[in-house]
Amino acid sequence: MEKYINNYVIVAIFILLGILLPVVALTAGRILRPSKPSTEKQTTYESGNIPVGEGQVRFNIRYYLFALMFVIFDVETVFLYPWAVAYQQLGLFVLVEMLIFVSLLLVGLLYAWKKKVLKWNSI
Amino acid sequence: MGDLLLEQLTWGNALIFFLSAVVLLMIVLGFVTYAIYFERKVIGWMQLRIGPNRVGPFGLLQTVADILKLLLKEDTIPRKADRALFILAPVLAYVPAFAVLAVIPYTDSLYFADLNVGLLYYVALSGITTLAIVLGGWASNNKYALLGGMRSAAQMISYEVPLVISIVGVVMLSGSLNLRTIVAEQGNWFWEWNFLPQIIGFVVFVIAAVSELNRTPFDLPEAESELVAGYHVEYSGFRFAFFMLTEYVYVYAIAALTTILFLGGWHAPAPFLDFVPGLLWFMLKFACIVFFLFWLRATFPRVRVDQLMGFGWKVLLPLAILNVFVTAAYIEFFIKR
Repeated sequence: MEKYINNYVIVAIFILLGILLPVVALTAGRILRPSKPSTEKQTTYESGNIPVGEGQVRFNIRYYLFALMFVIFDVETVFLYPWAVAYQQLGLFVLVEMLIFVSLLLVGLLYAWKKKVLKWNSI
Repeated sequence: MGDLLLEQLTWGNALIFFLSAVVLLMIVLGFVTYAIYFERKVIGWMQLRIGPNRVGPFGLLQTVADILKLLLKEDTIPRKADRALFILAPVLAYVPAFAVLAVIPYTDSLYFADLNVGLLYYVALSGITTLAIVLGGWASNNKYALLGGMRSAAQMISYEVPLVISIVGVVMLSGSLNLRTIVAEQGNWFWEWNFLPQIIGFVVFVIAAVSELNRTPFDLPEAESELVAGYHVEYSGFRFAFFMLTEYVYVYAIAALTTILFLGGWHAPAPFLDFVPGLLWFMLKFACIVFFLFWLRATFPRVRVDQLMGFGWKVLLPLAILNVFVTAAYIEFFIKR
């Protein structure tokens, strides 16, 4: 079991390298690249016009509904994965149980479908 | 690598792990450089153009020149941007893209981390990139970037659900989340690999994966004709390069994952072809998938935004769930007993 830690050492090394590369590259870039800031360069890009109002505009409520559905179905996968790993040792009973669980969630999907949540009509 | 994993951890071993990870990083960076070159060349040929041919022999140094150019570009951060988050976003996008490669096995003996939860690790970490994209869009304080970021996040989370459910069937057949076990459980003939028994899962997986990669026909977040460039409008120089790098590292990761889950990993398509080393078979399958992604880009038009979400939730998700239960019933009635 303590040897299994080795695998996580490798994972840690990968994450460390993942942080190291951008840090090194951006630091090297800072030395190499020119820096002549001007007010025009630092304005927010808006197709060449002077920006109007705030950049962080209100966005469609639809994104929030998608996020909610994502949370529901992602939690479903959290239950599906251990079930799938152990499935070959388990019986017909768990299959029926999972069928009930998933169909409850599918009712929710159908409800969202009927409520036209999945229909896209603007940005 | 396998023997070292079973030894007690020493500083020497840790150094070997570190150096081999650095070697992989170099290989991945080389892959990204030449994947971009190859993509431009292939699309050029498909559209009866020549593609890059000026820098170096056959234009081979084109991407290298592009990277050097990006490194020497002035880095502009808009005055109104949230500076800390703006700097953090490209790094946060890139870290999980590279970290997922830790669990990818290349052959029976060549692999890095041999995690028992390898597949779950992959799925969990690749989800973090979505966060970075929203962060980049929000921190830019730009309307296009925000809309592009939001659209991108909505698309990525919508297609992540069918993606993760479509591989449940594979997990059920092999009874493990360990990627090495999943390859080992696939047979020696090519029809015993998971892509035929799991044909629904395979199709859903490929479509959802293309969408997760934000590649054509699902490249709406970068729809240049409507959103300028999407979430990275305000990024310039090397910060922009890291967003691009993330995309191509994910191409590498997804191609490797598809090979492992559905195409039998390092297995030869027939037992009598075993004399060819497993690594070559892996690379061949890997290259085919990468080519397939480029081919798609040259041939498909972009999906309309109103069809995109509907397709993910109304078609792919029910299909992925159907696949889980078809597989469950198959195991119940044919494999057990």
